[in-house]
Amino acid sequence: MSNWIQQTFPNVIYQGWGGDTGWWTAIVQTLYMTFWSAIFGGILGLIFGFGLIVTSPRGITPNRVLFWIFDKVVSVFRAIPFIILLAFIAPFTKLIVGTQIGSTAALVPLSLGVFPFYARQIQVALSEVDSGIVEAAQAVGSTFNEIVFGVYLREGRSEIIRVSTVTLISLIGLTAMAGAIGAGGLGNMAIAYGYNRFANDTTVVATFLVLIFVLIVQLVGDYLAKRLNHK
Amino acid sequence: MSEPIISLQNINVTFKQKKKTIEAVKSVSLEVEKGDVYGIVGYSGAGKSTLVRVINLLQIPTSGTVVVNGTTFFKANNPSAHRVQIGAKELRDKRRKIGMIFQHFNLLNERTVSENVAFALQNSKLSKEDKDAKVTELLELVDLTDRKDQYPSQLSGGQKQRVAIARALANDPEILISDEATSALDPKTTNQILALLKKLNEEYGLTIVLITHEMQAVKEVANKVAVMQDGQIIERGSLLEIFAQPEEQLTREFIETATNIDRAIDVISQQPVIQELNEGQQVFARLTYSGNNADEPLITSLYDKFNVVANILYGNVEVLQGEEVGSLLVILGGEPSSLEQALAYLADQGVAVEVLKGTQTV
Repeated sequence: MSNWIQQTFPNVIYQGWGGDTGWWTAIVQTLYMTFWSAIFGGILGLIFGFGLIVTSPRGITPNRVLFWIFDKVVSVFRAIPFIILLAFIAPFTKLIVGTQIGSTAALVPLSLGVFPFYARQIQVALSEVDSGIVEAAQAVGSTFNEIVFGVYLREGRSEIIRVSTVTLISLIGLTAMAGAIGAGGLGNMAIAYGYNRFANDTTVVATFLVLIFVLIVQLVGDYLAKRLNHK
Repeated sequence: MSEPIISLQNINVTFKQKKKTIEAVKSVSLEVEKGDVYGIVGYSGAGKSTLVRVINLLQIPTSGTVVVNGTTFFKANNPSAHRVQIGAKELRDKRRKIGMIFQHFNLLNERTVSENVAFALQNSKLSKEDKDAKVTELLELVDLTDRKDQYPSQLSGGQKQRVAIARALANDPEILISDEATSALDPKTTNQILALLKKLNEEYGLTIVLITHEMQAVKEVANKVAVMQDGQIIERGSLLEIFAQPEEQLTREFIETATNIDRAIDVISQQPVIQELNEGQQVFARLTYSGNNADEPLITSLYDKFNVVANILYGNVEVLQGEEVGSLLVILGGEPSSLEQALAYLADQGVAVEVLKGTQTV
């Protein structure tokens, strides 16, 4: 058995478990990048997504100027291909985290890369909330916060979880590209140590691990979305 | 009469869409007295919903004056700034005293029945226990105590609307606005909801503004009616006046939907007895009477006084606000001169006479 593994996955074993190029390191890097950029990008995305909804002409506090700003910022950032964004904002990254390379440096472009996508997804999710329910809340004298948190967030939560799942999966995809600025991770493992060295077994195993992450996210997301939906 | 609880003066609501301007409400004035059940009838697009949303400023009018329960909400005779007369917080407080229910119920789907009712109490100054007690009391009122932990999706349309009513009543409002609240419900459920509204009006003195396209609903509960068309009120009056003596064509159409008399006329007109009417000596007429003259033996006196015989082909009596409104389709027969006198006599007695076929021009 162990003989068979050694013959089939020689390069996988060569990479080792710990160390700079090990599997564990790559897994941790991917999880690290996904987690923190999901937090930062998620917060930004929620702010912009809710901003777009409440300031829109049909929103609860229509505001042309703010809506225009939210809308344009999201559109512009969404228009920049991620791989270019990585390079483009490198000086800004250095300003914020003090370095241009590594997993931590990748958090800045990852957060900025994912938030406009998430903001649009949130905007769509919240626009599914029946405007009649919002109107009913206004009619019983609800405050701005009660409508944002008590109506939009609560009524839209199942849909928000669904779009968050989609976003998280596409974020895992983005982390694979972060290898380009030395951030490591499973994507980097598949390309740098697998593809570039003709080590197909490494590529296959790295891909397989990414696939497992995506699958777990999808399953948990679907479960929560279904569980929290009473529509 | 005391001050009206709702007073809308010269309300205009204009929407600007791209290059088009839509006048949804055109200089409408409306006064609702405390304890009224005011029915506003009209087809969709007539501006009813827009008009009632002006009452709690869910719709800011373009111009006009809105006074509710003595507080001036809005005042503007020209489109300028600072037209809303009260602050955001005060407006929220005032809105709590104006309950509102909707065609599609608009319940919070992710909250249970009791949470939906409690939602309206978030800003109430009541203690936690008092709020719970209030929710329980309201759910008893709408007969949904056993459903309190269910979600709206588990309820029928009528039950959902009752939850919505409980929510609307949570802050003890003086006014309830019903925006097509029964339009999505079947006839039986509609009657249950209307009975509940009537009970709220009679037992708690709740003032209700009820907008609908169903005259039947208005007939059940309203004491006053306004008919809206193209953003204007084209006719208004007490329920009895509107039913007994409608003036506008549209009003007649709506009344017809609640009585079916026009269909009876169509059917009867095809009968041989009308087709072969002796037009010199017979008249096919529609008589509409109301209130006290409904009790008089009119048909008998036609014969006694003018020797005119009446053949009743169709009859319908409605009881509106405790008063009878009757419609008869009759053939009156007699000498042309006595027919003329008979018709004049009927009109004298307060019966609206509409000659449909026969020796006319009387």
